[in-house]
Amino acid sequence: MSLAAQVIDLQKDYMLGTVPVQALRGVSIDFPRGDFVAIMGSSGSGKSTLLNLLGALDRPTRGHYIVGGRDVSSMTDDELSTIRNEKIGFIFQSYNLIPQYTVLENIEVPLHYRTGYPKIGEREQQRIKELAEMVGLGERMDHRPFQLSGGQQQRVAIARSLVNDPEIILADEPTGNLDSKTEQEIMEMLLRLNLEGRTIIMVTHETSVARLAKRQIYMKDGVIAGEGLFPG
Amino acid sequence: MSGWRFMSNILRTVQLALKSLMLHKLRSGLTMLGIVFGVFSVIAMLAIGEGASQQAQKQVLQLGATNIIVRSVKPPRENASAQNQNSFVLRYGLKRADFDLLSRTIPTVLQAVPIREITKACRFLHREMNCRIVGCTPEYLDMNHLELAQGRFISDKDRREKTNVCVLASQTAEELFQYQDPVGQSVKIADRRYAVVGVTTPREASAAIGGSMSGQEYNQDIYIPLETMRVRMGDLDIDRRQGSFSAEEVELNQITLTISDVDQVVPTAGVIRESLQQTHRSGNDYSVVVPQELLKQAAQIRTIFNVVLGSIAAISLIVGGIGIMNIMLATVTERTREIGIRRALGAKRQDITTQFLTETIVLAGSGGMIGVLLGLSTPWVFQGLKSVAERFFFESGGGSEFSEMFTNLNPQVVPASLPLAFGISVGIGVIFGMYPARSAAQLDPIEALRHE
Repeated sequence: MSLAAQVIDLQKDYMLGTVPVQALRGVSIDFPRGDFVAIMGSSGSGKSTLLNLLGALDRPTRGHYIVGGRDVSSMTDDELSTIRNEKIGFIFQSYNLIPQYTVLENIEVPLHYRTGYPKIGEREQQRIKELAEMVGLGERMDHRPFQLSGGQQQRVAIARSLVNDPEIILADEPTGNLDSKTEQEIMEMLLRLNLEGRTIIMVTHETSVARLAKRQIYMKDGVIAGEGLFPG
Repeated sequence: MSGWRFMSNILRTVQLALKSLMLHKLRSGLTMLGIVFGVFSVIAMLAIGEGASQQAQKQVLQLGATNIIVRSVKPPRENASAQNQNSFVLRYGLKRADFDLLSRTIPTVLQAVPIREITKACRFLHREMNCRIVGCTPEYLDMNHLELAQGRFISDKDRREKTNVCVLASQTAEELFQYQDPVGQSVKIADRRYAVVGVTTPREASAAIGGSMSGQEYNQDIYIPLETMRVRMGDLDIDRRQGSFSAEEVELNQITLTISDVDQVVPTAGVIRESLQQTHRSGNDYSVVVPQELLKQAAQIRTIFNVVLGSIAAISLIVGGIGIMNIMLATVTERTREIGIRRALGAKRQDITTQFLTETIVLAGSGGMIGVLLGLSTPWVFQGLKSVAERFFFESGGGSEFSEMFTNLNPQVVPASLPLAFGISVGIGVIFGMYPARSAAQLDPIEALRHE
């Protein structure tokens, strides 16, 4: 089975003032295509650091991160931007839509930063509309974020994460700000995407949400403490 | 093909910038205002400078670039009373001997035209007005760019025969004769009748130049032959009023000399000054006006003027730029989250720089555009200002030199100043936008995403 992404002995050191902090102390995980992983752990466990590295928002101090067949760990800032644009779709806890943009314009944003800046033509416009319809916002394509509920905003974010057809989808507490009913809706949507063959890596601390993933990774003190659900 | 793609990218970036700016209309508008006024003042200053320059050139052209004007000047009072303690009559000014000296001994002088001026009451039937009686020669007409509306001007024959003829200026003719035809009638000046042989067309008054040449009104004149004036009126001008009595004896008021070559004007002026110094010991009862020198002086003053005004305009543009920079820095802080989102979605540092720089340039550029439009209206704005100023400030003062200069000034928008000012405004956008844009691009995406 081919891998969508792979981390090998990933380490990350921070300087907190003058004190060095080892946030990640050697993490190795394989993410096969079509995987759905929930990363769990209390705050300070290093799961946010891992997520930043997986999202190519940062470089590891040591170790390797391979996504889409390329090693990210020694890339320049511009190359990291390209990786984020082409290989990774982000879904955030607080949706992170651009407030002055409509639903369609928000979904369009990643297309603005494609390599070589190709023109956004009819085909792309069509795809954006299809994505909006897919997440059930066909009637609200011209609405702005403040006119939408939390669940609807998160669905815009899901559509946006898909627009460049990424290798992996990174979801950071995707249901953290939602009530249980919308939580269920969003999770159903993610599960459906996974069923269609998308690789999803999700960070959460809610067992009920983590349970829906194919597998669970539990982190503690910068290393993987174990796999599977840890009740409590 | 790639050029077209490049253009469409620019278009997209500009649209994006406009969208962000329209989000805060008032803020963008106020920020723009600084640039609007900066650009406007640059154009207006240059327009005023250009107007002043054209005004000065026009005046010099009217006086003639090859002319030298020598005028009689009434000496300062204390000096005069000391000189003429035992006399009621104040004698000063140019003599006919001066005229002979200047016209005969200086080879570069092509033509010399003497003039004598007296103000006297003139009458036709019951209508009376105070006119400037100008004793002159036939050359006076062309020299002062006067034109005849009807009849003829004074001829050499009139001079020779010392005939009692006169030519009226337009306003004189209108006031004395109203709806009658003046030619063929006669005007009574100092108890003598003068046959009207011609009427001139109205002529714009000439403005004063830098203190050495006062302005001249041409429309209330009566022209008579110089020789007739000497015979009929003499050199003595007696003025009786309210019990006081004063008399002046002046032979000639002005001699206008035409010089053969433009390059000879300044050297000839030196010769004229030297020769007059010998006959006029006091040296303060005449003045030599050289239009060419005036032009040079005016140009120097104007350069200083332009530099000062230009600096003020430049300062206001810089202040506008600082305003833009300030607001863009605030915008960057406010939109840190947006920057984080864009970076996470694949924007490179350069993309962020471009985005914010474009916003600043669009802001400054549209400000510049409005400023240019305002700048084009400078002549009208100035006209309005003039009428307000005339109404409130110069009403009582009347003929002060400043107000005269002010009313005669017509700003001319310099075409090159429009792209220049617009270019400067865009340049200001680039310069003052660079720092905020770069600081936006340097933000760490992780930090930016965490920003509330």
